[in-house]
Amino acid sequence: MKALRDVFGETLVKLGSTNPNVLVLDADLANSTKADKFAMAYPAKFLQMGIAEQNCVGVAVGLASLGFVPWLSSFTVFFTHRAVDPIRMLVAQTHANVKIGAAYSGLLTGFTGKTHQDVQDLAIMRAMPDMTVVAPADAVEGEAIIRWATEYQGPVFVRLARDASPDIFDQQYGFAPGKTITLKDGGDVLLISTGPQSVRCLQAAELLQEQGISAGVLHVPSIKPVNQEEIVNAADKAGLIVTVEEHSIYGGLGGLVAEVLSETSPHRVIRFGIDDKWGESAPNDFLLDKYGLSASRVAQRVVERLKAKK
Amino acid sequence: MNTNADYSELENLARQGRWLAISTVAGSGAGHVGGPFSAMDILVALYFRVMKVRPEEPKWPERDRFILSKGHSSIGQYAVMALRGFLPIEELKTFDKGGSRLQGHPDVTRLPGLETSTGSLGQGLSVGVGMALGARMRREKFHTFVMIGDGELQEGMVWEALHIAPRYQLGNLTAILDWNGLQQFGWVLAINEQHRGDRRDPWSRIDLRGIFEKLGWRCLEINGHDFSEIIPALESAKAASDSDQPTMIVAHTIKGKGVHFTEGKHEWHSKVATKEELSIVANELGIAESAV
Ligand SMILES: Cc1ncc(C[n+]2csc(CCOP(=O)(O)OP(=O)(O)O)c2C)c(N)n1
Ligand SMILES: [Mg+2]
Repeated sequence: MKALRDVFGETLVKLGSTNPNVLVLDADLANSTKADKFAMAYPAKFLQMGIAEQNCVGVAVGLASLGFVPWLSSFTVFFTHRAVDPIRMLVAQTHANVKIGAAYSGLLTGFTGKTHQDVQDLAIMRAMPDMTVVAPADAVEGEAIIRWATEYQGPVFVRLARDASPDIFDQQYGFAPGKTITLKDGGDVLLISTGPQSVRCLQAAELLQEQGISAGVLHVPSIKPVNQEEIVNAADKAGLIVTVEEHSIYGGLGGLVAEVLSETSPHRVIRFGIDDKWGESAPNDFLLDKYGLSASRVAQRVVERLKAKK
Repeated sequence: MNTNADYSELENLARQGRWLAISTVAGSGAGHVGGPFSAMDILVALYFRVMKVRPEEPKWPERDRFILSKGHSSIGQYAVMALRGFLPIEELKTFDKGGSRLQGHPDVTRLPGLETSTGSLGQGLSVGVGMALGARMRREKFHTFVMIGDGELQEGMVWEALHIAPRYQLGNLTAILDWNGLQQFGWVLAINEQHRGDRRDPWSRIDLRGIFEKLGWRCLEINGHDFSEIIPALESAKAASDSDQPTMIVAHTIKGKGVHFTEGKHEWHSKVATKEELSIVANELGIAESAV
C-alpha cells in the first residue's frame, strides 16, 4: 500500500534512469506531488516553473517539440481550471507529447477544501479531443500507467489521488488504454468506478455480500479512450447499475456510462458522486462519509436503491 | 517617529496571533505556519490600527476592505479576526474540521468579515481592483488593501491586475507584498549560496520596486516586522486614497517569523508542530505554559 503521489515520484525517478528525454516541470508543488524525488535524483532535468501553471504548460509544449517528454507536476485543479486554455490549444489541439501529472485529484486533498478539490476534471478533460484521460486505483496500476503514458506519443492526463489505497493488483498487471477491469463478479448490482474509488467499491461489495447481495465491480482506469462494448456487456448482466466516483455526477464516469448505455443498450444508471455541490476542508473519513463515497455509505446507498426498486 | 514602546500592545497581539495560528494548526493536524507568521505583524496593524472595521457589523458599508490573496495563510487572518472580535477565539478549534466556517482557505460564503474567497493563488488583487474601482464610481470613501505573496507574484493574473490599477488611477487601492523570500518548494540553493531562507528567494536580484514604480505604482519599502515602519506606511497609503496612484507596500519579511526553528525554513510553509515544539513556541512567544 503506497500513496499514488509516492508512486508518481518514484516512477519518475526510475524513468529518469532509462529514458533520457524525461523531464519534470513543477509549478511549486514538488514536495506535495512528490516530484521532489525526481528533483533530488536529476536536478538538471527538473525545471521549477514557479507558481505559474499556464506558463508551465506552454514551456512544456516547447520542450516537447524538441523530443523531450515533459511530465508536469501540480495539483489537478490548477491544470484543469487555471491552465485549461493552454492545455486545450497548445497541448490537445497540437497533440503535443506532454504528460499531465494531476496530483491531489478529487475530494481528498489534505484539508485544503473547495478551492483545491477538483471534482470537475474528468468532465473537462474528457470533453477535450486528443486527450487521453486515465485514473489509476492503486500503486501497481499507477506505475504501469505512468510508464505507459511516457511511451505513448501524445497528451495524457493522469489523475493521481493524494493518499494511499490498499493494493488490488499484482505485478502481472498490464495497462491497456480503453480496457476495463472486472474486479469482482456479481449479479444483483454492478458498481462501475475509477481511481481509488474502485477500491472502496470493492470493499462495499464485500459488505453487500455479508447481506446476501451479490455486487460486481467494474474498474474503468481509462476514462478516455474507453472500450464501450465492455461496459455494455457488463451492464447487460447487471440487475442494477451504479456508477461511483470521487467527481461530480455531471460529466464524469457517470456521464460516460450513461452516454454509452443510452445509445446502445438503454439501462437505468444510478450515479453516486458529488451531487452538484462544492466540497470543504475536512478529514478524509468525514468527506467520504458526508458525500456518500465511503465503502459503508456506498453499500448502504445500494441497499436503499435495491429496496426502492422492489 | 514613534518609539517602539508605543507598539508593545500590537507586538503582544502579534505574539498571541502567532500562538493561535500554530496551535490551531497543530490541533487540526493540517495547515500553514510560515506564511501566517510572516504576515502576522501586518495583519495585526491592519485590523487593530489602520482599517475602519466593525467586528459586530462585518458588512458595514463604510468598512475598509482587506483581501488575503495568499489564502493559504488563512489561519493567520482567522487568528487576528478572532482577537479583534469577529469570531470567538474558541471557534479556531474548528479550523479545517468538517462544517466549519474556518475553511482551509478563506471562504466568503461561510465567514462574515471576509471580502472574497481565495486559495487559488494570484486572484485577490483583481478583486481589490474591482472594489477600488467600484468605490470610486459610487463615491465611497473606504480603502481596499490586498496582501499578496512573493511566490504568488509569479502568477500571470497578478500582473494583469498590476497593469490595470494604475491605469484607473486607483489611489484607494493598496497592495502589500509579503516578500518573505520563500514559497513552497522553490529553487534549491547552490552550495554556499546565501539567502534569507533555506531556498533561493523567488525574486533574488530583481528590482521589484523599480518594476512596480515603472508600472505606475507608488512604492513604499518597509520591514514588515517593525510596527514603527508598518503603521506609517499603511497610514500613508490610506491617506493617499484620493490620489491618482495605487500604493504598493513592499514588505520585507521572514517566513516563519517569530519562532527560531520556523524562521527561514521552507518546510514550515505547511507543517504541524509536535507537542514538544509547541511548548518551545509558547516559551518563545511568552504564552503561559497552561495554554499548551
Ligand atoms: C494557483 C495556485 N498554484 C499553486 C498553489 C499551491 N500553493 C499554495 S501556497 C504556495 C506557495 C506560496 O508562496 P508565497 O506566495 O510566497 O506565500 P508565503 O511564502 O507567504 O506562504 C503554493 C505553491 C495555489 N494555492 N494556487
Ligand atoms: Mg513567500
